Amino acid sequence: MTAYLGDVVNAVYVVAVIAFILGLKAMSSPETARRGIVYAGAAMLVAVAVTFVSPGLSNFALIALGVIIGGGVGWYWARVVQMTAMPQMVAVFNGMGGGSAAAIAAVELLSTLSNPTTSSLSLAGAIIGSISIAGSVVAFLKLQGWMRQKAIAYPGRQPISVTVLAVGVALGVYAVAGLNAIWLLPFFVLLLLYGVLLTLPIGGADMPVVISLFNALTGIAVALDGFALVNGPLGDAGYAMVIAGTLVGAAGSLLTILMSRAMNRSIRNVIFGAFGATEEVGGAVQGSMKPIDVDDAAVLMAYANEVIIAPGYGMAVAQAQQKVKELSDVLEAKGVAVKFAIHPVAGRMPGHMNVLLAEAGIDYSKLFDRDEIDPEFANADVVLVIGANDVVNPAARRQGSPLFGMPILDVDRAKNVIVIKRGQGKGFAGIENDLFYKDNCRMLYGDAQQVVGKLVTALKKS
Amino acid sequence: MISRVPVLLHTPLMSGSNFIHGIVLVGGIVALGIATTPLEQGIGLAAVIMGAMNVTGGYMVTVRILAMFDRSKRKGTPR
Repeated sequence: MTAYLGDVVNAVYVVAVIAFILGLKAMSSPETARRGIVYAGAAMLVAVAVTFVSPGLSNFALIALGVIIGGGVGWYWARVVQMTAMPQMVAVFNGMGGGSAAAIAAVELLSTLSNPTTSSLSLAGAIIGSISIAGSVVAFLKLQGWMRQKAIAYPGRQPISVTVLAVGVALGVYAVAGLNAIWLLPFFVLLLLYGVLLTLPIGGADMPVVISLFNALTGIAVALDGFALVNGPLGDAGYAMVIAGTLVGAAGSLLTILMSRAMNRSIRNVIFGAFGATEEVGGAVQGSMKPIDVDDAAVLMAYANEVIIAPGYGMAVAQAQQKVKELSDVLEAKGVAVKFAIHPVAGRMPGHMNVLLAEAGIDYSKLFDRDEIDPEFANADVVLVIGANDVVNPAARRQGSPLFGMPILDVDRAKNVIVIKRGQGKGFAGIENDLFYKDNCRMLYGDAQQVVGKLVTALKKS
Repeated sequence: MISRVPVLLHTPLMSGSNFIHGIVLVGGIVALGIATTPLEQGIGLAAVIMGAMNVTGGYMVTVRILAMFDRSKRKGTPR
């Protein structure tokens, strides 16, 4: 009976893993993306359910309690949170996965410390899982605004981080080699500290890349835990973790590379660059910021042939996407051609702007990638920048600027540029924006939602 | 498989793969299921709670992100 049940459990894991692979494949194409998550979700449900009934386990009440608490909190939190907060939600749930992997490794280490194979695998899983949870939580705090978002740099940060990592790993190895579990406590503390130190110097603008990296790391930690579990009492669960974890590790690594490529930076540069922590010296900014009021801006747009809207994080924060949709409708009713220029890393995640504009009901065909829209800017009468900063900063074209080399939207080539901005502060990268000082640029200060709302009203009157 | 993904789908894909490593919950259940000492049980319980959060939260976030794409396909339907 037990052997029979074991076969069923095994078969279910195989099916689940195949469904994960198919699901992830489906998610990489817009037509089938929704189907993909449903496949993967069903597979997860079944895999978890059979693990419950698999032979040889105890502590059922505790397991049920844990699933209900964790599952309930995760479900509720993800449901109620604002759409703009999605990037940090990915970070926090990824961190939970990493923490879970680290905790599993800890249990494995405590129960089978004497087995060198499983111990070394668990140790590796514990290292990566701990870095992932600590780093993801810092990323969450930064994106949520509960912590200083800019890169936090301090002298000697690299030697300090490396020392923390080295001592931590050494303690872990010592614990495993000397069969002395007491050293695991400082091991975990130091590894968690390393995850924090690793993420602190990374500026907010690079967070998507970092979250993607931690996502891949969690996948690897899960795979390592799986390897350690394969020899245990429920080896099949281990195999499922190995395959699914490796899948995420590979897909996540590729995504990380794609994202940093979109910003024209190497992953090494993102992690060790402490980007934006240093102020640019001797920046060649000339002129002054010139404000414009709502009515003048409305007139400028009403008599334009073509208006290109370049949204950024400010639009997301202000929840202005509905008003932006209204603005685009009003302008089109007046015969103005409206297009949207989407920078690949506008917002806090690739595709962030597409998601929000799609939510507001703006047609896909009006959204253009950077490559497609770039030649258009010279023809546009007005470019309306809504809460974007670094991705439209022409300083990126200037050698010596910290932004140098990052592909930007060349909005400054348009006849007029109107920038909707909350205040005179700098962008996420903490760099002065040359655009705001240009002769063809006017600043429209205020909350994006309110300002765009006023623009709509003014346009309807005119 | 992933290399030709449109930028548009990077976020849902990251979220989706984030959900898939929620399989860690299965490992958490096993870890807690074989735990004997109170310390192991405590850590195992933490593993299950965090793993379950990864699963449900990751699923919900992905579904919500993808739902937006879907809505936009139905042209002209006001929200």
